[in-house]
Amino acid sequence: MIGGRSALRVEEKELVAEGICKLRLVEPRGMRLPDWAPGAHIDLNLSNGLTRQYSLCGNRWDAMSYEIAVLLEQNSRGGSEFIHRQLQVGDLVQMGGPRNNFRLVPADHYLFVAGGIGITPLLPMIEQAAMMEVPWTLLYGGRRLSSMAFIDRLRPHGDRAVIASRETQGRLDLAAAVSNLPRGAKVYCCGPTSMVDALEQICSVLPPGSLRRERFSAKIHPGPVRSTAYEVELARSGKVLTVKPGESVLDAVLKAGAPLLASCREGLCGTCETAVLCGVPDHRDSILSDAERERNASFYPCVSRSASDRLVIDL
Amino acid sequence: MASLSQAIPTIGREPPVLAGDPFSEAVLTSPFEFQHALREAGPVAYLSSYNVYAMGRYNEVRAALVNWQGFESGNGVGLFNPRNETPYRRPPSAILELDPPTHDAPRHALEQALGPRMLTGFRDGWARTAEIMVDQLLKREVIDAVSDLAEAFPLKVFPEAMGIPEEGRENLLVYSDHNFNSFGPNNALVEKGRKAFTDLVGWMGKQGSRESLRPDGLGARIWAKTDEGDLTAAQAGGVIRSLLIAGLDTTVHALGAIIDAFLSSPEQWQLLRAEPTRARVAFDEAIRWASPVQTFFRTATRDVVVADTKIPEGEKILMFLGAANRDPRRWDNPDHFDLNRDPSGHVGFGMGIHHCVGQHVARLEAEVVLHELARRVARIEPAGEPKPHLNNTLRGWKTLPVRLIAG
Repeated sequence: MIGGRSALRVEEKELVAEGICKLRLVEPRGMRLPDWAPGAHIDLNLSNGLTRQYSLCGNRWDAMSYEIAVLLEQNSRGGSEFIHRQLQVGDLVQMGGPRNNFRLVPADHYLFVAGGIGITPLLPMIEQAAMMEVPWTLLYGGRRLSSMAFIDRLRPHGDRAVIASRETQGRLDLAAAVSNLPRGAKVYCCGPTSMVDALEQICSVLPPGSLRRERFSAKIHPGPVRSTAYEVELARSGKVLTVKPGESVLDAVLKAGAPLLASCREGLCGTCETAVLCGVPDHRDSILSDAERERNASFYPCVSRSASDRLVIDL
Repeated sequence: MASLSQAIPTIGREPPVLAGDPFSEAVLTSPFEFQHALREAGPVAYLSSYNVYAMGRYNEVRAALVNWQGFESGNGVGLFNPRNETPYRRPPSAILELDPPTHDAPRHALEQALGPRMLTGFRDGWARTAEIMVDQLLKREVIDAVSDLAEAFPLKVFPEAMGIPEEGRENLLVYSDHNFNSFGPNNALVEKGRKAFTDLVGWMGKQGSRESLRPDGLGARIWAKTDEGDLTAAQAGGVIRSLLIAGLDTTVHALGAIIDAFLSSPEQWQLLRAEPTRARVAFDEAIRWASPVQTFFRTATRDVVVADTKIPEGEKILMFLGAANRDPRRWDNPDHFDLNRDPSGHVGFGMGIHHCVGQHVARLEAEVVLHELARRVARIEPAGEPKPHLNNTLRGWKTLPVRLIAG
């Protein structure tokens, strides 16, 4: 593996629910794949030029394959459509990662909340919670049962896994689930923006760090803190760049010839994380928690900007 | 013989039996003959002295270290096998002897707290400490590179960086030495250290509490992970004690190994002086060449076949990091300390999910010391017979008398 990139071969491809296909990916020479933990995702560089992130939903005790599940999106920008319609067993895809912005931390109880395809990162978490004998509950909502993947993998867990389709049961009662949580519980949520936003609201009364979430799409941020240009100093070379309002820090850095690996360019994947040595960033990513934002120790130059006149970064 | 074993399918054959005691005084003093015999015996051997399996070739050792699914640490990384022996005094390490999933959170917290980026704030202070230390050493005719440098420097900077109280810091060396001995058999080395260790158990238990740590140290940084629940309080205290136990002796022996390496190859010192940026390579090459951590055990989680040899579920396997780091199948001229070599991939820090999490700390310590020495010392010359320090896991020197020639 060079520079965090390597090729994977599609070993199996199977439709596991309406509009959702599961892929099993292996290293083409049959070697071990890099280790991962629940919550991790890989980047796939699809041959149509797009890079997309997919949560690993298989079994980490099998070091020889990764599993991902891909929803064919109605307004697909081409990623999911390519995987569903063109990618075939035997094809090679370029991989980046795995990376993890959604780690399972210790808890006395877990509440997992999944919306639709958001079940994928939570599946390995659920299996691990069960292995560690930590009590957990799952709320898994979707449009209708036939479009919800992995129900068969959850059935053996009985009542702990609440599987509700909107067609028959209506919306999940998130507020009730959170209010019933014992002390020391952690809430893990992956789902559409409306669900994550609602849960953020409900969980605001819990101790900091109680809610861990991963979004499908980038968080909607209000406009940038500043509408004027600012300076970015690259500490290792001493170069000072001027970043104009419409330009990303990432582009300015790359234009100046400094090495910086990026991937999603949406503040989702975490590839371009860069340490901030001085100055205050205008965080516009969907990864950092509020506390991490306040610490200003690092930022994601693909989307985040500067709130101060100058930002000194470790590049 | 290798071609023969490939030609005949012999999946699950018995390993060759190797006699000899790798924990004997003779082998601990000079392990190279035993390591050679182990590598030549085959990819896997059976050590009749302790009824355990062993690996000494680079490829197999590396593959087994990486394969945490097949070779677990949770059953203890010492000789003692809780599956078939009565309980033992040493509690399991808070990170070294865990497997996923319980290993995940403490490992991640330490990776974050001890990453290269997190250590940049220590560099200038440590460089200043190294400068003062070398000043003092250059005033003396003969120094002991172990007590005056290899021990003195980490003892000065590491407990300070962790943020533990000054009182009792020297206890760490005694405690840690016995801890590393206890991974081996119950031999004279273990007997000798038991009393001093037992006397320090209470003291060690008090280290790592949040109140006892300076708020700007690495220990406090680990505790900060508990604020949002990334780590439990018990895990924080445990990993801090683990770091204190594992982070000092190992670095001491690594620094000793560097000096020893340059004594053995004086021409390499001139290479470093000409290009001080080679200090990082010098450190890793010294780790490869000397392997301060010589061995660790793993346990087979199921019947595992390694290069046609079957290792049954539940059996202990002794991984010879030192033998792998000098395996001629992997390294050209392996006994030669060589700054022109690329030492990356050595298993002196282990490999995989248990890859030494403190290596960036050790590397920074070594780097600042080497920079200072390279700047001011023209030659390092032997000044007496060195004495080895024997330990069931670690390899290093008790004394290493040298002369530092300024220039």
